Amino acid sequence: MRAFDSRRLALLAGLVTLAVVLPFMLSGSTLTTATFVVIGAIAATGLNVLTGYCGQISLGHAFFLAVGAYTGAKLGQDKDLSALIWIPAAGLIAAVFGAIVGPMALRVKGLYLAIITLGVVFIGQHVWANADGLTGGPQGRTFPAVQLGGFDFSPGKQLVVGSVTIDSTGLYYYLALLLLAGATLFAYSLRGSRGGRAMIAVREREAAALVMGVDVGRTKVAAFVISAALAGVSGALYGSFLSFAQPEQWSLLLSIQYIAAIIIGGLGTTAGPLLGSIVIFALPSLLKSLPFLPEEGTGGVSVGTLSTIVYGLLIVAFLVAEPRGLVGLGARARTLVKNRTRTSPVSPHLPEEALT
Amino acid sequence: MTEFLQLAFQGFSLGCTYALIGLGFVVIFRASNVLNFAQGAMLLVGAYLISWLAVDVGVPFLVAVLVAASLLTLGGAGFQAVVLRRVTGQPPFVIAMITIGAGIALVAGVEAIWGPEQRLLGDPWGSSSFQVGGVTIGWVKLWGIVVTAVAVAGYFAFDRYTRSGLAIRAIAGDEEATLSVGVPVRRMHAITWGLAGALATLGGLFLAGFPGAPQPTLGDAALRAFPAIVLGGLTSPVGAVIGGVVIGIVEVMTSGYAPDWTGANFYAVAPYIVMIAVLLVRPYGLLGRAPAERL
Repeated sequence: MRAFDSRRLALLAGLVTLAVVLPFMLSGSTLTTATFVVIGAIAATGLNVLTGYCGQISLGHAFFLAVGAYTGAKLGQDKDLSALIWIPAAGLIAAVFGAIVGPMALRVKGLYLAIITLGVVFIGQHVWANADGLTGGPQGRTFPAVQLGGFDFSPGKQLVVGSVTIDSTGLYYYLALLLLAGATLFAYSLRGSRGGRAMIAVREREAAALVMGVDVGRTKVAAFVISAALAGVSGALYGSFLSFAQPEQWSLLLSIQYIAAIIIGGLGTTAGPLLGSIVIFALPSLLKSLPFLPEEGTGGVSVGTLSTIVYGLLIVAFLVAEPRGLVGLGARARTLVKNRTRTSPVSPHLPEEALT
Repeated sequence: MTEFLQLAFQGFSLGCTYALIGLGFVVIFRASNVLNFAQGAMLLVGAYLISWLAVDVGVPFLVAVLVAASLLTLGGAGFQAVVLRRVTGQPPFVIAMITIGAGIALVAGVEAIWGPEQRLLGDPWGSSSFQVGGVTIGWVKLWGIVVTAVAVAGYFAFDRYTRSGLAIRAIAGDEEATLSVGVPVRRMHAITWGLAGALATLGGLFLAGFPGAPQPTLGDAALRAFPAIVLGGLTSPVGAVIGGVVIGIVEVMTSGYAPDWTGANFYAVAPYIVMIAVLLVRPYGLLGRAPAERL
């Protein structure tokens, strides 16, 4: 495991400070976007364990998000339990479903697994659309606002501490940030642990891992369970922050966004899920505000359509230019700087993180 | 019995369209291990091009189809040659992600050019039909079956009797060995993408035929061809055709006979349930081959 050097530590401290003061620098709608990014990054961190560490491609993430969201709604709203119960419960129930879906990966591999998990999303959507009691049917249902002790996250409520005022969006942002920090720390320490190394061994070569004595089945299911649990927690927050959702929201497109986020961020890296989530979940609203696009309703083509075109093309262009994702881009920049400062020829050396 | 025959005909016709779409997936996957998520977007573009040429430009329908198919052949081959050859050797899901991005841009592009509303396809058949023993045979559905038969036969003839077909089969077997005997592998990859483009156009044409219409959600049907190709096995063209027909029939039969407790629109998920069941028993599909593992 790489030791923390002082520069890395300083960078980390800077990032954490930035993340903490961010709500005071952003306007209302931008903060909402930032909150979606942080909530999304929790689920992306989970998917990164499954796809990045363990090498199992799943298009089923939207299903686990939905399980988490509906668990939260059932317990938090219908049963009126505290958020201290329904948020962890959302993770737990989603983990159970992860343990049910996971064993499919024992039979089915690679892109076949991607397609089978795609099937899980469609079957899930069918169930959500028909389970009126749980999901409100096609009309959708409301989701509970988080209530944590004295903190009320309902829209319009504010938290005043001395001269500092934090609105409900800010509260969601901080709660998600806290959970994301926990998830990231967990994923980071997992990678160095026995279980995490087993996952990486399975990803690199399943047969070799098996020969080395890795319990391939248990490792894959564990990766599915971890990934589903984080998706469940993220889904519960997502539903709660949206406050209303219809079954069609938990679609394949949502799953694809998470896969896109971790690939663009950098598969199997610690910072990848967060970086990728920033790109994937903030880019659409950023693109819509680009100055050269026509105002909504003035031309024949909507801003949404144009920004979607740009979004799709950016994914293509970026991955063609740097298939290792944003983290790979950073590694490339560092190599460039190193080669320039040293006069002796240095072989392009990638940091451990980009390779694992 | 009449109802059963009616559903069987419709299912077979829909299955033929799925077979065309599925074949498009398999041609590419077999040669380069790329799962082309943009196939749905390609068939959408195909259907819109036909509709634009036949309705707005006003050329005869057959010409419209041929021109659209040629354009998509060029487009597919061009995409492979310009974009995908740069990422040769990258992990399959990175390449799959690139095709997803391209698909997102294409679908939005179609909407930007032609708007979100339904269009006319401009086909000569419309909703016309005839009766055989109480079973209604729609002309567009019948033509779908005929064209699929011709296209599939044409594809297998290409695969079996041309040098390119032989080269592509060789690449599917062992790409490096094929390269070493002097086969232009990249050109062959571009050819598979061209073929997929042409197949997508035909698939789009019959998906947009009555009672469908060219509309931006048309490409979603490609997602329903996934069970078809997986059923047959991603590497097996024969499997794609058989899988397509089976899934089409399963879908239409469930829409007719599913009991109430399965919920509304159960026909849309039935193919996926069949697919999951098949994959759990045969992980590489019914006719797919498991990659050899060397220790």
